[in-house]
Amino acid sequence: MIKLIERIGRSTIAMTESLGRASLFLWMILVGLNTFVARVSDVTRQLFNTGVLSLPIIMVSGLFVGMVLALQGYNTLKDFGAEDALGVMVALSMVRELGPVVAALLFAGRAGSSLTAEIGLMKTTEQLSALEMMAVNPVHRVVMPRFVAAIVALPLLTLIFMSIGMLGAHLVGVVWLGVDAGAFWGQIERSVDWHEDILNGMLKSIAFAFAVAWIALYQGYESIPTSEGVGRSTTRTVVQASLWILGLDFVLTALMFN
Amino acid sequence: MNAIELKHVSFNRGNRVIFKDVTMQIPQGKVTAILGPSGTGKTTLLKLMTGQEVPLSGEVKVLNTSVPNLKTKALLALRRKMGFLFQSGALLTDLNVFENVAFPLREQTQLSEGLIQNLVAMKLQAVGLRNAAKLMPSELSGGMARRVALARAIALEPEIIMYDEPFTGQDPISMGVLVKLIRELTDSMGLTSVVVSHDVAEVLSIADHVVILSDGCVIAQGTPAELEASGSDWVKQFLHGNPDGPVPFHMPGQHYSEDLVAQ
Repeated sequence: MIKLIERIGRSTIAMTESLGRASLFLWMILVGLNTFVARVSDVTRQLFNTGVLSLPIIMVSGLFVGMVLALQGYNTLKDFGAEDALGVMVALSMVRELGPVVAALLFAGRAGSSLTAEIGLMKTTEQLSALEMMAVNPVHRVVMPRFVAAIVALPLLTLIFMSIGMLGAHLVGVVWLGVDAGAFWGQIERSVDWHEDILNGMLKSIAFAFAVAWIALYQGYESIPTSEGVGRSTTRTVVQASLWILGLDFVLTALMFN
Repeated sequence: MNAIELKHVSFNRGNRVIFKDVTMQIPQGKVTAILGPSGTGKTTLLKLMTGQEVPLSGEVKVLNTSVPNLKTKALLALRRKMGFLFQSGALLTDLNVFENVAFPLREQTQLSEGLIQNLVAMKLQAVGLRNAAKLMPSELSGGMARRVALARAIALEPEIIMYDEPFTGQDPISMGVLVKLIRELTDSMGLTSVVVSHDVAEVLSIADHVVILSDGCVIAQGTPAELEASGSDWVKQFLHGNPDGPVPFHMPGQHYSEDLVAQ
């Protein structure tokens, strides 16, 4: 019994310590934002790495998610003679939930893991120490540009995911299954609210981007500088970021739509 | 005059004692070699000098400034007077050779682009790699990477330069080039060089002053000639690479006969 209490105590202390270090790390990033102007070129380069290079997986996934939603939705709505509502069903699912959540999960797998591995390897190859020795704060030079780039990139990728998803739904619903194009797009225009749906979806996306970037960069920065250590940190990034996205999604949905 | 002074420095990592009561002086304008077997904390000693680690007790003075008590801003200002050559070179992998050498100049000075180009060309010329300026770090051999890192380390014309195991894994030609560069740069730029290594022959050929570490203590220091003439068994074993001596071939523990199974 005492051993169990000991173990719980030890893991609680470790968790609190880790949370404290992560908070301090976040604070250092936020302080580093005052060097943003001097680091614009670094941010742009990271926008390419995290954003542009994530485009293929986001676009292809968006297309398929939209197509599958349309196919499943059509089969259900047809039973009630409500095929014309297919567009709005897909649009609301995409804008409120699937767009922000699936894009963030894909982003965590594609860009988050890459951020962790890259920074972990920079630590392993002493590049972060080299920056310190050149009197350059590695958080300002390496971490802050990646953090800003991730927060800008994910909402944009989410918008692209949603748009391509709607295109996929149009291909299946209108072109293949014969739903009336006017009804499909007209109902979307009438029912999807700019503030209630699109803005809230984007807010979710920004929150997810914040969580993924924070977790990925912290895991990379704190990784044990060995190949095994970097591998473990990369896995932790994908697992933790995915769980945080889903948990945050529930909380934000409850706050926004309840 | 001493560029670096350590007085009664102790340092632990967790429960493990790395240094106990280490005192040493590193003279200005000379090449000082810090020798010792692997795992004696030679790199940690450099980190104490650069303020990357803080001692448990004792005094670390660099250029007459006490390092452990420095605030971040003052520490960064002191580091601008130091160059550091990492064992791996530690070049920034997203920048080419030119940009790596230009990096400290761009970060720490307001020099014009033209002046930066000339300075980088001069530093790369000094290490013989001016024509490799457009290559990426992944296209360099280990020896070339260390020479580029050396050019970067001297870009801001520091007063002290520290070399962490500069000869490890180098072929004889690269090693010869690095040995020559360390000596020549020290003399021509009036630098204080601190070379941490366990390549005894190479280091002794260029060192003016040698410190030998073992078991967390300084066991000998002096000129290479003084150490060669030393009567200490430990110094003799280390300098000549004898497999057995004060550092035993067999790890201490229970007797061999106790491990053999009786037939």
